[in-house]
Amino acid sequence: MPQPLIEISNLRKAFGQNVVLKDISLQVERGQVVAIIGPSGSGKSTLLRCINLLSVPQGGRIKVGEQAIEFNGAHTTLPNERALARFRASTGMVFQHFNLFPHMTVLRNVMEGPVTVLKTPKAQAETEARALLAKVGLLDRADYFPDKLSGGQKQRVAIARALAMKPAVMLFDEATSALDPELVGEVLGVIKGLAKDGMTMILVTHEIGFAREVADQVIFMRDGVVAESGPPDVVIDNPRQASTQAFLGRFKSAAA
Amino acid sequence: MDLHDPASGPTGRSRLGTALLLACGLAGVWAAVRHFSGGASGTAYDWDFSVLWSYRRLLLIGLAYTLVFTVVCVVLGLLVGLATGLGRLSRNPWVSAPIRAYIEVFRCTPVLVQLVWFYYALPVLTGLEISAVVAATLCLSLYGGAFYSEIVRGGIISIDNGQVEAARALGMTRMQLMRRVVLPQAFKRMVPPLMSQSIMQLKNTSLLSVLAVPDLLYQGQVIAHETYRPLELYTFIAVAYFAVLLPVTIWAKRMEFGAGPKEEV
Repeated sequence: MPQPLIEISNLRKAFGQNVVLKDISLQVERGQVVAIIGPSGSGKSTLLRCINLLSVPQGGRIKVGEQAIEFNGAHTTLPNERALARFRASTGMVFQHFNLFPHMTVLRNVMEGPVTVLKTPKAQAETEARALLAKVGLLDRADYFPDKLSGGQKQRVAIARALAMKPAVMLFDEATSALDPELVGEVLGVIKGLAKDGMTMILVTHEIGFAREVADQVIFMRDGVVAESGPPDVVIDNPRQASTQAFLGRFKSAAA
Repeated sequence: MDLHDPASGPTGRSRLGTALLLACGLAGVWAAVRHFSGGASGTAYDWDFSVLWSYRRLLLIGLAYTLVFTVVCVVLGLLVGLATGLGRLSRNPWVSAPIRAYIEVFRCTPVLVQLVWFYYALPVLTGLEISAVVAATLCLSLYGGAFYSEIVRGGIISIDNGQVEAARALGMTRMQLMRRVVLPQAFKRMVPPLMSQSIMQLKNTSLLSVLAVPDLLYQGQVIAHETYRPLELYTFIAVAYFAVLLPVTIWAKRMEFGAGPKEEV
């Protein structure tokens, strides 16, 4: 069996006295889609932000592809800035609030990573950026500034911007939570397309139905621990834990 | 105020406001001159603005001093402000703490006191002889720099943290994300307060007169002593400052409309 692409072992993270992640371990195979669900404050987003080191854990180990980092509290020696940047570049992150660069056109937003970080020649970066914009259905908006786009369009540009770095894994941090309900579908459609292409993805999401449809593995988090994990037809449809049942029950009654 | 009212575009409105302001100013000056120079209303004072013409050379030299000092102190102040504004954001307390001390000292003491101190006390402390011009340049540049510094820092930290995170997530180093993402957005927001602070800088040069630097105010005072015409001279000085700064404020307003932050979200 091949090595998992992502291996997280015994991850611990606290903000001051507030322990957010307690001993989290999980593995993601290449091409797998993992959905992380759970109540607010359960540590889902923090876990995602630890994977690309936007938050630095206090303990445990993270391995993405060939790159591994051990965390040892205050004694953690983070790699130097360049190595850290390289580590981050191998993970693509999509944020809840898009965070597009407002002073750049859509095309330039997508080109920015390759040109500035990877030193890709501009002409090549532009060709690739246009191909990615075509893929998310926004080639005709290439010369617009982000403030002229709808939320769904912004999020699709943000996905293209992350893909432009050719990351090993894509991380989605509640990518549809800030969208008007009628715009959620277009973004989920793009994510579904990526899943079909075999992109490895970790999604933090409140879209339980979508998680069931697209995920190979569902992780239910509660109070900083993985309460339950497994294929969606087990975790979502037949949860074993009482807390998972309660959480999903609330969801079902809210949806009804 | 709705800055983006499409019915009366910003330029149209500011042009109208400017014209009105100018008209009022000119009418006021003209009325005063008419009223007092005639002496008709029985005031004891007999206005005579011809003294300005007789001393035009001295006054022009004064104006030149004021303008040159302003430009030099604005440029030096901006350099100091940019360097210290960025330095204050350093996570290394050995860098940020001294800068913070500098800023607070210069912001929390009157610039007049600083000028006098730089001229009289600094030479005693350092043993170096400092001319009035050097002391004044040093002092005003550092004073302006302290305020510019806060504007620069404020502009940078006003940028949404999401921008920084997005740039870091793309793998940018701190330098790259500053240069490519944060500073271009921050500069747009800094322009209006930087302009406003530079206008203050010009007015602050009037304090140079206490060190006998022959700026506009100093020359006016000298002439007033000589001719016993202080009212004419101080009126002229006020009008001269106004005439120099009004176009600058109008231009600053334009910049504000041109460079203001775009609607976000």
